[in-house]
Amino acid sequence: MADYRKAYWQANLVLIFALLGVWFLTSIVFSILLVEPLNAIQLGGIPFGFWMAQQGSIYIFVALVFVYAIRMDKLDQKYGGTIQPQNSAPESDKEVSNILQK
Amino acid sequence: MSIELWTAILACLSFAGYVYLGWRFRVKSVRGFFVADQSVPALANGVATAADWMSAASFISMAGLISFLGYDGSIYILGWTGGYVLLALLVAPYLRKCAKYTIPDFIGDRYDSDAVRMAAAQATIFVSVIYIAGQVRGIGIVFSRFLQVDISIGVTIGLVLIAFFTILGGMKSITWTQVAQYCVLIVAYLIPAFALSALLTNIFIPQLGFTFSDILERLNGLQSELGFAEYTQPFHSRSMIDVLAITLTLMIGTAGLPHIVVRTFTVPNVRAARFSVAWALLFIAILYTTAPALAGFARYNLVQSLQGKTAPQIQQLDWTSKWENTGLLTLEDKDGDGFLRFTPDEQTNEITIDQDIIVLSTPEVANLSPMLVGLVAVGGLAAAISTASGLLLVIASSMSHDIWYRIINPDSRESHRLTASRVTVGLAIAIAGYFGINPPGFVAQTVAFAFGLASASLFPAIILGIFDKRANGQGAIAGMLVGLLFTTYYIIGANYYDVPTWVLGISPEGIGVVGMALNLVTAVGVSRLTAPPSEQVSAMVDDLRMP
Repeated sequence: MADYRKAYWQANLVLIFALLGVWFLTSIVFSILLVEPLNAIQLGGIPFGFWMAQQGSIYIFVALVFVYAIRMDKLDQKYGGTIQPQNSAPESDKEVSNILQK
Repeated sequence: MSIELWTAILACLSFAGYVYLGWRFRVKSVRGFFVADQSVPALANGVATAADWMSAASFISMAGLISFLGYDGSIYILGWTGGYVLLALLVAPYLRKCAKYTIPDFIGDRYDSDAVRMAAAQATIFVSVIYIAGQVRGIGIVFSRFLQVDISIGVTIGLVLIAFFTILGGMKSITWTQVAQYCVLIVAYLIPAFALSALLTNIFIPQLGFTFSDILERLNGLQSELGFAEYTQPFHSRSMIDVLAITLTLMIGTAGLPHIVVRTFTVPNVRAARFSVAWALLFIAILYTTAPALAGFARYNLVQSLQGKTAPQIQQLDWTSKWENTGLLTLEDKDGDGFLRFTPDEQTNEITIDQDIIVLSTPEVANLSPMLVGLVAVGGLAAAISTASGLLLVIASSMSHDIWYRIINPDSRESHRLTASRVTVGLAIAIAGYFGINPPGFVAQTVAFAFGLASASLFPAIILGIFDKRANGQGAIAGMLVGLLFTTYYIIGANYYDVPTWVLGISPEGIGVVGMALNLVTAVGVSRLTAPPSEQVSAMVDDLRMP
């Protein structure tokens, strides 16, 4: 595999691990494993651990997937010139080339 | 006008809309039929995925289920949203890059083996058939409750409608009808939730009312008075390890469910695949953050309006008499003291409530007009129809594309393949109709099986196919076998043969995550002990990693 491809894939993996770390922390650690101690804290009228499990985690999930899509856009642009020349074409041309490949 | 009339009018209007969209987007090519010409914009695909995902169970039963389970109901909220993070980061972009028609298509090509393809196709069909029985049943139930039509007639009406646009336009028609169905179902869900939130907390937005009012505190107080566990008290019906295992199984299963994963094949490129999952989760989150709020409100309202009242007082409430007739609510003064008591003890409890009432009765509880009650019914129909149509397409494409075309008859012409696809949709509809009208008794347990199976078989095969270049056909087969056999053995043993839940007390619903771990370990190990995959496969993996 060429170096730039490797670098792109490495950068992608680092991003995935970082985001999955947040995913694990909010949904598993805060919402389940530590829910009892966290319930001692009140947020508005609701125990914090309970709120994380039924509200907070979902908002964080939504943020995570958008962050991934946006960060990957940046990564695509950064490596865009070097990876697969036909894919650095504008969006509309890319669609055409995708269709032609089928 | 009466509720029945409004429901009938709104149902007819929405059905006419779906039929129009089905006709408008009819297709003539295999690519149109299976992947909507890969031309669905990311945002529209996100909306369609949300409708595909939110089934009759999400719409009708989930809030009710949570309102009876309190904190322990979080497994559904977390499990059925957290899976989309896995789908977005680990699955969707790479599968879109491969540009296949189905999951078995990807798995079969990646592992370069028809045996693996066949195993994946069968797992896909099995998971989807289990799932669709519940959806079709949901259509029948909504019809029977709101229009007093026999369940089998309701099922037939729903299936004829689905058959029309699925056979005509495949994935393309399904996509655009799902977009319409999402709009119907989300409006139908939110209006009563907003009204109930304003009524009980004086805050219009349910998520805010749930968080910033004192309703949960009052609810916890009421629950303790009646002898129930506090609503926010964790782990009173399941242990922590069980909650953890079920949540993970639902998450992983979600990211491996065929009818969700195939939606990522329909967008124009990898970038659109990433954004379409993001939009999907956003649109799902709108309903999934409302549901726990609705659950809390409904629980409070129920406990508060029933407690300490005499039997005639309760029977005078508008909604109790109506739901008592449907058999979903039973009131029985067991000790004959003239009061109806709601308690956690089955022996002395005098009020029995089916979880499905919670959502279906909210508009009446919140004193909304009959039109809005009808709208909730139509929303339930939209949720069931959208999920059923997505599932039907997956069943049909596995039968016609993966098994018939790729394995049995690879030389067939495109026109024959298109006909075969339309015929298999018809076949799948017949199977779904049979199970909808004669529901097998094991449906409730088998839904757990669907998630367990998807997480123990399809998910690891997909993930290793992308992230482990060394994974080969032998490893994939061995992994799937071990994962499937273990999960099936555990679920069937616990449900039918009273085998104790010997793995850390994990219930059958949560065993899929253990099956997945066994699958991963086996597949990685066996792959390392056998010959590496061919140059060609290696190049395919390199290629799918680049956008």
